[in-house]
Amino acid sequence: MDEEMEVNQNVKKVMFVMRKAPHGSIYSYEGLETVLITAAYEQDMTMVFVGDGVFALVKGQDTTEIGIKGFIKTYGALEHYDVEKIYVDRVSMEERGLTVDDFAIDVEVKEAEEIAALMEEQHATIPY
Amino acid sequence: MLHMVNKSPFTSSALDEAARIAAKGSPILLIEDGVYAARAGTSYEPKLAEIMKDHPVYALAPDLKARAVGKMTDGVTQVDYAGFVDLVEKDKIHSWL
Repeated sequence: MDEEMEVNQNVKKVMFVMRKAPHGSIYSYEGLETVLITAAYEQDMTMVFVGDGVFALVKGQDTTEIGIKGFIKTYGALEHYDVEKIYVDRVSMEERGLTVDDFAIDVEVKEAEEIAALMEEQHATIPY
Repeated sequence: MLHMVNKSPFTSSALDEAARIAAKGSPILLIEDGVYAARAGTSYEPKLAEIMKDHPVYALAPDLKARAVGKMTDGVTQVDYAGFVDLVEKDKIHSWL
């Protein structure tokens, strides 16, 4: 077995399920940081935004007056780490009056059944 | 995949989201404050009955007992710690925190 094949066998499918709004707790930011760290190990990454998690992606967030560093720009780094499977739950988005045009990055909108099928095929799903 | 929920449905959308996203037929295990969803006679009972059309629902007995949940909605299965382990080792898990 050559070295490259060994490396490929170590690639795991990992899905991060993002369910928290961005600034009310540390989850959302920590989740994004963890995705970037994990992606640096060249794993097969998926991010799915469900519930209030979708608020994290809304463009135009300005945190200067709440005294914390915003991280909406950090989402722009995902593509440079080859994290390209970024999905939003359609119902969560619509319940919150949002459309894909409201998001700071390109996402793919998925139905619950599609998200369920993706979850089932992961080696690990990480809640944030 | 086993879906675990540890938040009360009266303060968190975790169970609603878990039940909506989880593949049909996947079991849901209520633990910690999640077990309040299993209490009979609450405003959540009809919702739980709907959820149980698509998912078998389990609740952890020590957590039910600790919270004096009492009578449970029909159809919820109580599990002890050994039953918890049986569920967990059967399949992959996702926790809806």
